[in-house]
Amino acid sequence: MSYLAGKELRIVGFLCNWCSYGGADTAGVGRFKQPTDLRIIRVPCSGRVNPLFVVKALLNGADGVLVSGCHPRDCHYSDGNFYARRRLEMLKRLLPFLGIDERRFHYTWVSASEGARWKNVVTDFTKAIHELGPFHQKEEKTECS
Amino acid sequence: MFIEKLKEAVRKILPEVDVVIGYRQGFDPLHATPYFLDKPEQVDQLIWNPLCVQNLCSYIPFLKGKVGVIVKGCDSRAIVQYMQEKLITRENIKVIGVPCLRVISVKKVMAAINQQTVQEVTFEGDNIIVKIPEGPKTIPSADVAPRKCATCQLATPLQYDVLAGEAIQSNKPQDTFEETKEFEKLSLEERRAYWEKEFDRCIRCYACRNACPMCICQDKCIAESRDPHWTSQRANVTEKAMFHMIHGLHLAGRCISCEECERVCPMDIPVAKIKKKISMDLKELFGYEAGMNPDDTPPMYTFKVEEATIEEHEI
Repeated sequence: MSYLAGKELRIVGFLCNWCSYGGADTAGVGRFKQPTDLRIIRVPCSGRVNPLFVVKALLNGADGVLVSGCHPRDCHYSDGNFYARRRLEMLKRLLPFLGIDERRFHYTWVSASEGARWKNVVTDFTKAIHELGPFHQKEEKTECS
Repeated sequence: MFIEKLKEAVRKILPEVDVVIGYRQGFDPLHATPYFLDKPEQVDQLIWNPLCVQNLCSYIPFLKGKVGVIVKGCDSRAIVQYMQEKLITRENIKVIGVPCLRVISVKKVMAAINQQTVQEVTFEGDNIIVKIPEGPKTIPSADVAPRKCATCQLATPLQYDVLAGEAIQSNKPQDTFEETKEFEKLSLEERRAYWEKEFDRCIRCYACRNACPMCICQDKCIAESRDPHWTSQRANVTEKAMFHMIHGLHLAGRCISCEECERVCPMDIPVAKIKKKISMDLKELFGYEAGMNPDDTPPMYTFKVEEATIEEHEI
């Protein structure tokens, strides 16, 4: 067990290759101080993010999921994030129906030049997840073995 | 007699198509079962009564050639949705519409007669009379109708080539999603506990998926695939919940609210509840109802550059 266990929560971030991943890189190059709970998964486009990715992550141990893409109208593939917006909005509304706090899932738009904005998104989201606490408190039920 | 009109319609259509899908009596008088017929002498086996609950449209996307199908109002939404998604060629389908005001849930009848053996079933006015060993029992149809019938707006199918009987208007109130809104008043913890309890019963028989008219992937369903490995064979709530999320989210903007999933569930899990919630949101956000107009585009297949109804979220 790492020494960070208990202090750190598991946050998964799906970032589009062209804007948000670049934005995160810009934040790194700019040496902004950021929390380290977020684990980034690079995807070609926010339109690649199947809402089931988010569900799977949340059900299988993530405490929060962040999806970030190019600003609307700025998509590298011209319309991927428009589709993503509709899908993710539906998911955002469905999660509380199943008893999952909607604040555990956030989607936003960060461009490659917005290093400072990225830093704020990560910091605020991580703070919000820490306020909510771990999502999976008890160990999972005994499985068929 | 209505059944004669229906048989007449089927006889007329039979030479033009390869197969007609209708209903015949199942293993006891309470159960109707789908019936595929291609010969004129088989037509006499057809039945029609409120126990003909199955959505026969589910077979259409998998059949080749010309197909005739008996369709109720609720089922006709499947035809419209297939047309929207270009899953069928409308010219190849001969739709025999039947006006219907209410079907009867076999599960509810069986509960009302304590699961006893059914000897005979007759219909009188708005009542169903079930003969069990103790004697005949009269039950008002409205008491044993599925939930969807209470707010059904489609007494006459939306699409039909031949209509057996007269076109009728529905006299039911519109669906206002009362049940969904009521459920949303519960606290997050209560809702989570509710679904954990419900999903825990799931035996992953996939009956809900198999019966679903819009689940057209069937054998290629990602719930059963090893690559990608979305769900494992572990028998825990997480995997079961994941399966139901796959089913629910793949139907976003496509679910026609026929509630076949819930009807076929052997464990009585309210699976249609999730789909109903999604349908409610879609109506609110995009003003869309699946399976109503063949010219519509499902909302998840399209977008607007400026979404008037979607606001940016703050963390």
